[in-house]
Amino acid sequence: MNKKKHWYDYLWIWSIVYFSLGFFNILFAWLGMIDFMVPLLFAVIGGNKGFCNRYCGRGQLFAVIGGSAKCSRGKAAPRWLSSKWFRYAFLVFFLCMFGNIIFQTWLVASGANTLREAIKLFWTIRIPWGWTYTAGMVPDWIAQFSFGFYSLMLTSTLIGLIVMIFYKPRTWCSFCPMGTMTQGICKIRNNLSRGRS
Amino acid sequence: MRSKRYALAEKERCVACGACMKECPREAIRIYRGCYAQIDEEQCVGCGKCAGICPASCIQLLQREVEA
Repeated sequence: MNKKKHWYDYLWIWSIVYFSLGFFNILFAWLGMIDFMVPLLFAVIGGNKGFCNRYCGRGQLFAVIGGSAKCSRGKAAPRWLSSKWFRYAFLVFFLCMFGNIIFQTWLVASGANTLREAIKLFWTIRIPWGWTYTAGMVPDWIAQFSFGFYSLMLTSTLIGLIVMIFYKPRTWCSFCPMGTMTQGICKIRNNLSRGRS
Repeated sequence: MRSKRYALAEKERCVACGACMKECPREAIRIYRGCYAQIDEEQCVGCGKCAGICPASCIQLLQREVEA
């Protein structure tokens, strides 16, 4: 039985567009903040995981490549990958890495550091990415944040693609930091509303 | 006639990603308040598609109890 497709079922295209844009102009990396803020708004205001459930382009991309295009072994992932301790540890790690991006941005803004026109994959592999930015287009700190944030987005997608190949297509979703954070918020909200009634 | 099997999601281990909800051909699954997947036992025909897609492998197929 084929389900009726909605416009939001094609948001995986957005994921591809986002990463493609980063190859031409790194400043487009800021658009990734949409994927950062919208899930939180859904959780905090709506008390649901509407973003993960319907609008997450990345989850859809894994479903399309791993599911429809059959680029996944489809095996069950190890249980620890979706265990609470691993999910929360990964969330803390990700937040620390995000904090580091903010810190590096602040160092550049304050003049303590100069802009580094490179991205870092898996937090270790530095790749020159200078062709995507012309110095002086915007204040250096805006560009520094772009390089850092794009690195984080690309790294997490690559991790997602690796686990997609080895395990089920959407294995990334089982430990995605945004998913963990929004589910945590929803659980707190749910407990609070139950306590009130 | 009711199916012999039905799916049940383990609340504690569910990550509420919604992969099962998208996969279900009967639209028998919803994500309860962003916390966990809730499967309508009556709607479920036990096809197992949700269990196959679940990234946390937290959905089991159970045998329905035979009604007397």
